[in-house]
Amino acid sequence: MKAYVYVSPKKSVLDPQGQTIQRALKKLGYQGFDEVRQGKYFELTLNSGVTRTQAEADVERIANNVLSNPVIEEFRFTLEE
Amino acid sequence: MNPVTENSISPELIREHGLTSEEYEKIKRLLGGREPTITELGIFSVMWSEHCSYKSSRVHLKRLPTRSRNVVQGPGENAGIIDVGDGWACAFKIESHNHPSFVEPFQGAATGVGGILRDIFTMGARPVAVMDSLRFGPIAAATAASENRGGTAKSEIHKNHSLLEGVVGGIASYGNCFGVPNLGGEVKFEACYSGNPLVNAFALGLVRRDEIYYAKAAGVGNPVIYVGAKTGRDGIHGATMASEEFSEGSEAKRPNVQVGDPFMEKLLLEACLEALQTGAVVGIQDMGAAGLTCSTCEMGARGHLGMEIELDRVPQREAGMTPYEIMLSESQERMLLVVTKGREDEVFRIFEKWGLDAAEIGFVTDSDTMRVLHHQEVVAEIPNPALTDDAPLYRRPSERWEAEVPREMPAHIRLSSPGDMTPQLERLLASPNICGKRWVWEQYDHMVQTNTVQGPGAGDAGVIRIKGSQRGLAMALDGNSRWCYLDPRLGAMHAVAEAARKVACVGARPLGATNCLNFGNPEKPHIIWQFSQVIDGITKACEELDLPITGGNVSFYNETLGEGIYPTPVLGVVGVLEDVHRTVFSHFKGPGRAIVLLRGSEPGDATDAELEFGSSEYAKELLGTVWGFPPALELEKEAALQKAVIEMIDSALLESAHDCADGGLAVALAESSFAHNIGVRVDLTSDGLAAEFVLFGEDASRIVISCDRSYVSRIQQVAVRYGVFADIIGETKAGEFDIAMDGRAVIFADVARLRQAYESALETALTAEPGR
Amino acid sequence: MKFGVIVFPGSNCDHDAFWTVEQVAKQPVCFLWHESHDLENCDVIIVPGGFAYGDYLRTGAIAKFSPVMDSVSSFAAAGGLVLGICNGFQILCEAGLLPGALIRNTGLKYICKPVSVRVENADTPFTSSCEERQVLTIPIGHMEGNYFCDDATLARLQRDKQIVFRYCTADGETTPDANPNGSVDNIAGICNPGGNVLGMMPHPERASEPELGGTDGFQIFQSLAGALAAK
Repeated sequence: MKAYVYVSPKKSVLDPQGQTIQRALKKLGYQGFDEVRQGKYFELTLNSGVTRTQAEADVERIANNVLSNPVIEEFRFTLEE
Repeated sequence: MNPVTENSISPELIREHGLTSEEYEKIKRLLGGREPTITELGIFSVMWSEHCSYKSSRVHLKRLPTRSRNVVQGPGENAGIIDVGDGWACAFKIESHNHPSFVEPFQGAATGVGGILRDIFTMGARPVAVMDSLRFGPIAAATAASENRGGTAKSEIHKNHSLLEGVVGGIASYGNCFGVPNLGGEVKFEACYSGNPLVNAFALGLVRRDEIYYAKAAGVGNPVIYVGAKTGRDGIHGATMASEEFSEGSEAKRPNVQVGDPFMEKLLLEACLEALQTGAVVGIQDMGAAGLTCSTCEMGARGHLGMEIELDRVPQREAGMTPYEIMLSESQERMLLVVTKGREDEVFRIFEKWGLDAAEIGFVTDSDTMRVLHHQEVVAEIPNPALTDDAPLYRRPSERWEAEVPREMPAHIRLSSPGDMTPQLERLLASPNICGKRWVWEQYDHMVQTNTVQGPGAGDAGVIRIKGSQRGLAMALDGNSRWCYLDPRLGAMHAVAEAARKVACVGARPLGATNCLNFGNPEKPHIIWQFSQVIDGITKACEELDLPITGGNVSFYNETLGEGIYPTPVLGVVGVLEDVHRTVFSHFKGPGRAIVLLRGSEPGDATDAELEFGSSEYAKELLGTVWGFPPALELEKEAALQKAVIEMIDSALLESAHDCADGGLAVALAESSFAHNIGVRVDLTSDGLAAEFVLFGEDASRIVISCDRSYVSRIQQVAVRYGVFADIIGETKAGEFDIAMDGRAVIFADVARLRQAYESALETALTAEPGR
Repeated sequence: MKFGVIVFPGSNCDHDAFWTVEQVAKQPVCFLWHESHDLENCDVIIVPGGFAYGDYLRTGAIAKFSPVMDSVSSFAAAGGLVLGICNGFQILCEAGLLPGALIRNTGLKYICKPVSVRVENADTPFTSSCEERQVLTIPIGHMEGNYFCDDATLARLQRDKQIVFRYCTADGETTPDANPNGSVDNIAGICNPGGNVLGMMPHPERASEPELGGTDGFQIFQSLAGALAAK
């Protein structure tokens, strides 16, 4: 089983990286993009002994406690058999 | 051994490995008549590459002076070492990472820093400073239309911006995380580096004189231990990867960019230094270019012993790696240790403490042979000398060459009659080679380790203190490739002289030098001629200045589409201060001080001035034309000048000292004015020369100093003793910058305005759209 | 009374802090290994600068789980003095000993240079030898020094005088131009409500000896030594 975790800066937090990319896109002539936000992406490979329920709980906890900082970031994840 | 289990060797395969048919015949001879295995072919290919074997350069490098009473270790080890007093020695070296930095600027530059740092701590020395010499193509449309090259295309300027940003980012990311201060260096721009950027990284480490370690195997039966990062398919020779015969699958085919891991390197540093402290380690070498191959055979060769290793025990990052791949991988942050038998556990415990992989992969043998096993079968068995001492040595053909430039000043060049030259000074201060490089060095941590006395932008050389001692170390990098292009021998002499002069300007006695020699294709006779001339120039200057070369690196094949770079030797000079507190900075400290121009040689006549002015930044930037020759250099007088300024600083007579170089006297005075907003009131005499020559000419062996007025006579006494000229040219003045010539004002500006031009130029060039 | 300097594998300012305490402030000091719970009876804990565990995920993200930080949390809860410098500040925020977080500089680049900071609260054990509103010149060296917190937290920090240092001009004005990294309210350093835990981005150990170009940073160490002597 694999877990895919996406971490992104909270809407209320300034994202200078994203803003810089957005400005660059504008400069390159892509006018149709109002905002870019840059985040992080993680792939976790679980071993076969882990049940889906267990995986869900573990990944939730890992994403919340380790992979993201709740002060500045939010996350979502998906599991795939 | 059953060498024919793998595919037999085809002529194409030999060619793809960069070996000639004569070289292949030699390989067979050295193997006692048999064909090499594919793994052996790969091993020969990397060990006999120009990069590892120095096959085109060795005959010339032998001419360099490498000894002095301070030299503890000359060329041939991972780094050179000089004695710096108080029981301390310093290991230092400069190395190029040009090609990887062009392919992937960030990682290429980062791994360049990583490699040179490992060379230093392999010797037991803790790295205490790094510097870099960087060269790129133009980052702005030329201020004057260039005659020789029809200007630089916008896309090329963009490309150069991103190369510069990537390289600086990579250097910063690696060094900052590792925790070594970056004391600056040089950043230069010339059209010839578009497509051939140069990234030369210098590092220096400190070690107790009696705690130096060498990359030498000893003690038959002693275990060989691999430590650090796992081995992956990084950086394996692109050409060989394209061959179907021995690749595992399509994945393996793409030549991988090496990726640096500075945190791993930091762990490796701490763990290795701690392991060396146990006394259980008898030899240590890093795995850099040619990875496991190079470290295994070189350590054996230096100890006149052999090594046998089993590749199954090598920690691997990817599954299914072949012996060929494991032996040739250039994965970063790895080390090979030879440890006293029975004391392995002491070493293993330390690496475990630092969370690093360590594995016993083999042992030392008495055979002077590198024997490599994979799944218990021999896949390579090569006498060490075949890979080192018996590697090919070429005396490649050499042919005299002349730069395609006019030697006389072109008739259309009009120099202005004396008038306001302020705009010219402003433009020169804002030109890419002269302008402030703050945008670069503020991205480098130059203060970590709390030893930095003079960081980048402070003085002519980087200065660090040695904790627990009064002593300090000074270091500077220098090279003027345009001068080497106009006259390779004289240009190289200047590189040595100026790097040493910068060190002298902070009050340190130059003790040793390292060189990074960047050239085009050595198979072209004129490139070998350039190389040989440069070696002659370095040799001459080092002998006269009593500076041994303790190591360095040669980078050939810096060409794109047949167009080579200027011959570019970069010299790194290291000096010692008996008392680091006596060092002086390059900037004026207060108003009302006397400004004295120290000069080794008398100025040349009008004809000399005209010929030499064509090699200046002014000619290139403002006139858009290069002609003539580099300035003349009298090495004996240069040596006297350096000794004189060192004595003046040591006697606490000076408040500032600044090498008068790129951009000439007016630029040197301006640079000394910026830090404290203390300008000058200077009166110069033209002696019938054009104002440009006097203000912006780049005569060698000159230093601008400032001092309390009451010290002038004592300074002049020292100067007389060394046969050096010391003329008062004016005094410092708060906030204003006025230069007169023959009594008439030629430059008058606020220091703040000049400073603005100097400080903002680089960032402006990088953020502005090129005008073409 | 004794100082302890924590050593994470990627700490690179640990020796600098140690040197300043031992050689300049002349106080007893020891290193504390990250895998140990034992704070060896230290009275002040310094969490030094560097890249604790490489910081590839987020600055301080892994460090907060280390055994030594467990002990530091209990030590701080009991009123012990904790100083986090640069990466140390980042770790203290991640570990929840200080509010907020440090994100990427608005300029996106690493910045190493001396900056001016104004002492906003001289009534802490870390700043007692400074004057209120005194301007100190101390170097910064970071890529993630942009202090962020939500509005409610900021209001609390302001109300309770938890803002200890703010970036300012040489004359002490906290203008946007004087803010090197985009920090909320020009914040360069904050303390916890109890005033016994301080996090600051500038490196006081880099400005504690004249040969390094300045001694303003030494006031932090001097204040701490004074606080211990008074105990």
